[in-house]
Amino acid sequence: MIGRHLLSAQDLTSADAVRILDTAGELASVTDRSVKKLPTLRGRTVVTLFFEDSTRTRISFELAAKRLSADVINFAAKGSSLSKGESLKDTALTLEAMGADAVIIRHGASGAPYRLANAGWIQGAVINAGDGTHEHPTQALLDAYTLRNHLRSGQGDLDGARVAIVGDILHSRVARSNVALLRTLGAHVTVVAPPTLLPYGVQAWPCDVSYDIDDVLPHVDAVMMLRVQAERMAGSYFPNELEYSRRYGLDSRRMALMPSEAIVLHPGPMNRGVEISAEVADSPQAVVVEQVTNGVHVRMAVLYLLLGGRPEELDLEGADR
Amino acid sequence: MNDSILVRAGQPYGQEPVDIVIEGDRITAIAPVGTATADRVLDAHGCVVLPGLVDLHTHLREPGREHAETIESGSKAAALGGFTCVHAMANTSPVADTAGVVEQVWRRGIECGLVDVRPVGAVTVGLEGRQMAELGAMAGSAAAVRVFSDDGLCVHDPLLMRRALEYVKAFDGVVAQHAQDPRLTEGAQMNESELSGRLGLAGWPAVAEESIIARDVLLAEHTGSRLHVCHVSTAGSVEVIRWAKSRGMPVTAEATPHHLLLTEELVSTFDPVYKVNPPLRRRGDVQALRAAVLDGTIDIIATDHAPHPREDKDCEWAAAAMGMLGLETALGIAAQVVTRGANTDSAGEGADSNDSTDWQAIAQLMSVAPARIGRVADQGQPIEPGSIANLAIWDPSVETVVSGERLASRSGNTPYTGYTLPGAVRHVLFRGRPSVVDGGIA
Repeated sequence: MIGRHLLSAQDLTSADAVRILDTAGELASVTDRSVKKLPTLRGRTVVTLFFEDSTRTRISFELAAKRLSADVINFAAKGSSLSKGESLKDTALTLEAMGADAVIIRHGASGAPYRLANAGWIQGAVINAGDGTHEHPTQALLDAYTLRNHLRSGQGDLDGARVAIVGDILHSRVARSNVALLRTLGAHVTVVAPPTLLPYGVQAWPCDVSYDIDDVLPHVDAVMMLRVQAERMAGSYFPNELEYSRRYGLDSRRMALMPSEAIVLHPGPMNRGVEISAEVADSPQAVVVEQVTNGVHVRMAVLYLLLGGRPEELDLEGADR
Repeated sequence: MNDSILVRAGQPYGQEPVDIVIEGDRITAIAPVGTATADRVLDAHGCVVLPGLVDLHTHLREPGREHAETIESGSKAAALGGFTCVHAMANTSPVADTAGVVEQVWRRGIECGLVDVRPVGAVTVGLEGRQMAELGAMAGSAAAVRVFSDDGLCVHDPLLMRRALEYVKAFDGVVAQHAQDPRLTEGAQMNESELSGRLGLAGWPAVAEESIIARDVLLAEHTGSRLHVCHVSTAGSVEVIRWAKSRGMPVTAEATPHHLLLTEELVSTFDPVYKVNPPLRRRGDVQALRAAVLDGTIDIIATDHAPHPREDKDCEWAAAAMGMLGLETALGIAAQVVTRGANTDSAGEGADSNDSTDWQAIAQLMSVAPARIGRVADQGQPIEPGSIANLAIWDPSVETVVSGERLASRSGNTPYTGYTLPGAVRHVLFRGRPSVVDGGIA
């Protein structure tokens, strides 16, 4: 069984991860029916605590919690103690006083969910919805779920699947969580980036490292393109958008290097014309919209398992009438 | 008030027990145990007697951040840690960059009367790294400043560093450099390593320290001026300093207790009590620092005592202040380091017996050498008749369990809460008067 919190993809065993993915699959089949709600978390309070704007991730969690009948409170804490707003601690104490059963936190500081979970401020479950440049475990779970549906018929793990993650690995919480989780599930991961956008010590990560996307693409079952942010140019990570796009962007020519059945993922929001061309983004190989749908199911599964639901109860619940 | 004092049966530098007689502010006699008498007796059976400790790197926070520490609370913490002199760093508010501010700090230290408070003067106005502060006025003030530092910030401009090194020669000063290339450490949160990559915390690479030290030792040689390197934290820095000393360059260096004990793995808790600048490094760095302390490449142990109020640590990592307390735990850690040697893991050899602790080495590292670097004439004197009676009396037979709550510092940000450290300060004499008796402020 997964622990009390979901802070890092590294904390998940293969069995934990498969259980979450299986549960997500079952929840998906239930909510495909006309009545989308399950009564499982009725009376439980789930808080989305977002110190950074991320409407996509927040509404995905919100929808997941609502489909499980939880009461959802959206707490947009603009500006953390970094900008002299209310401190993380005081916000946490407030939520605790209101009786939050789970807090879903997005924060610009790496490790903030660890403080929330371990500093003794709150009792409820903590779910990391992205912390700084550290981790984003539910994104990795939804990516794994999407990969499993396409590459493994939605069953078991990802043993032997070949996945490339391309882009700003250095600043990417998505990359960190994905490298950890995909490896745990048996996939073979290659990270591809200019050397400036790879973290110091990446050689010790459980993945291969390449500077050349064209070398890697012919040998993958899936490629995950990461958003590259314009402000990285100011930090001299690469000369300009055009050069980045030429060397690391996925366009139709490059997609033709991939095996025909290989798929393209992107955590969104996409920079069309930078890391991914419009043709690729709109191609049948791109599963970006599917990732969004899967995100809701995976987040339902995480809430369900963390807040004490049992998968065997699923078919007995009331939603399938 | 001027009664004579007898320190009975203490062991100077851990050697044979003797009686030490103090009259006024001086040691007047050293006699066989049981042969001396005085108006007041301080029992020191089984205790090591050291020259009072001298800290070259202390943040007392006053003026400006008295909620973190005051000269009074910091003086108490220092005395309880066995210190009889501390050097108060300049990064206060206002910055200690004028004769007025350093004299204010110095006077307040005298009023508190527990340790010599020696102000450190800022090298540049407002620590801004642009214009040299009035170093001569601070040197010529009643505070007689000899140590100058922008600590907390690096004197990065090479020309300004050169000029400061040259200028302080006129009054036998020393520039104490916080070696940190600012561009290479923008937004840095922890040691740059495989771990920082995994934790997604911006890295503080060793080269950002080593490149500044390399530049500065060459400047010190070129100008013939004294350079002191604050809080050396990497194995590479040790190599640069070893090379500089082998070439006869006029450089001294310090290591902090925390860099001699703790490693970066602690950061994976994301608990900001472990956030410090320079950051905790790898095990190999700790081992290199220990070896350098033992072979003299690093001259002194200095605390970098950096109090922060609770709210500055009770938050997420990136928002937290950098720094940890050090005064009240320094001697226990130093004793452990000197006893156990360079290998962090070898808790065994020698550690079971305090007899093997080289107390002469501790006295050098924590009293004699820092007093010499800071040009503090009344401190670090030998334990012999005629010396000023600044003495730290250490009981190695007990253990101290550290608790942030119980420290005298106004702040509680010690990384050692729950640690058991060997020994405890029993008594301290400051200029012939007891400042600490039986582990409490006298």
